[in-house]
Amino acid sequence: MKLLTFAKTELHNLFSKPATRLYPQEPRVYPERTRGHVENDMDVCVFCGLCSKKCPTGAIIVDRAAKTWSIKRFSCIQCGYCVASCPKKCISMRPDYTQPAGEKSTETFTQAPKDDQSAS
Amino acid sequence: MSKRSIVPFGPHHPVLPEPIHLDLVLEDEKVVEAVPSIGFIHRGLEKLVEKKDFNEYVYVAERICGICSFMHGMGYCEAVEHVMGVEIPPRAKYLRTIWCEMSRLHSHLMWLGLLADAFGFESLFMQSWRMREKILDMFEASTGGRVIFSVNKIGGEMKDMDGDMLKGFLKILNEIEKELRELSKTFLDNKAVNSRLQGVGFLTKQQAHDLGTVGPFMRASGIDRDTRNMGYAAYSDIDFETITSNAGDSYARTEVRIKELFQSIDIIRQAVEKIPSGEIAVPVKGFPDGEYFMRVEQPRGEAVYYVKGNGTKFLDRVRVRTPTFANLPGMLETLKGSQLADVPILILTIDPCISCTER
Repeated sequence: MKLLTFAKTELHNLFSKPATRLYPQEPRVYPERTRGHVENDMDVCVFCGLCSKKCPTGAIIVDRAAKTWSIKRFSCIQCGYCVASCPKKCISMRPDYTQPAGEKSTETFTQAPKDDQSAS
Repeated sequence: MSKRSIVPFGPHHPVLPEPIHLDLVLEDEKVVEAVPSIGFIHRGLEKLVEKKDFNEYVYVAERICGICSFMHGMGYCEAVEHVMGVEIPPRAKYLRTIWCEMSRLHSHLMWLGLLADAFGFESLFMQSWRMREKILDMFEASTGGRVIFSVNKIGGEMKDMDGDMLKGFLKILNEIEKELRELSKTFLDNKAVNSRLQGVGFLTKQQAHDLGTVGPFMRASGIDRDTRNMGYAAYSDIDFETITSNAGDSYARTEVRIKELFQSIDIIRQAVEKIPSGEIAVPVKGFPDGEYFMRVEQPRGEAVYYVKGNGTKFLDRVRVRTPTFANLPGMLETLKGSQLADVPILILTIDPCISCTER
């Protein structure tokens, strides 16, 4: 049993940089794999609706007739199941998190009409 | 005989991160009996298996607990894989082992911090959590999440770790090991810290056995049992010895957990050395039909997953026996005869995870 066992750590702390980040001045850099939010490349999407069926929280709504893909950002749990099950690989996970908001909203994306049918 | 009085402890108490209520029957300052009541944060996750298909339930299973989320997901996946007769690729087994040990590291470091906080050593708490932060960063870089990892799936893993990433992790772990060696002196040798830990909360080997305790709580009472020896994931290829202590007091539990931290770092080193290349997942076809008991060694002890499938995409039943639930009777035994001032530390030494217990 000893005294002053913490002294070395204490001295090291006195003369080293802080372990925390000076947050607003020094923004957080997310690693590439961070599951922040889901994005869909609307030009490639074929509106098969698999992502909507697989989503554990029912956050994705796909409307094949209107060619829209909607996501409830605050229901999404960023599990990546839609990304893994997308047959066209057009859904991807991006590192930045959803911005805080006053109310839960649904984001809707519409596919631009295509001139060339072979593009899809 | 002095007059008996009852002091309610919890559900909200500064030392408890999660709600559990104890009625402490006191004689003066001495605890004679502790009567627990749980059920404040029941979420019905086991019932949810009837609504989510067996693939989706992985994401529910890992939300049973925020600390051992990886192991909950893995335990459920391994149970379903056994029901379906799926053999996962060897690389996936090693990845699971590495992530399991990283979970153990961050859970034990968190516990050390909470213990330091419980006996009022704030800077020791900060130092433990500073180290834990590096492990959470490693988790974020490899899985994409700091608390919920979502890398398990039935049939393997969703993400791989390449050689550079693993080497980088080993470098960070070497630093952590050095710092931990320094910090463990304060936990194990410091006079002030020892005076709060030594000689309180005894649990004999016989009591630990009879009350069905698990994990470091049991091993600190001298029972040599570790579910990792059953060889799930890649543990059968890895060389490690179960860490036990014979003292059975709070100090022994701290000692066992600190030694397990070094052991976890060693297991990760071995796993990185031996990891084979190849696929990380196999395609799974069909639906589970049958039942299986899977046992997993979590940071807090042995967890049991029972899965019963009926040949459709919805499982009949999932049951999780979590380590804290098994440790509660043992904890009540340690409280008997202790001083009121020691109660918070004694509750903490079992590393309670009430969210796990109530699911």
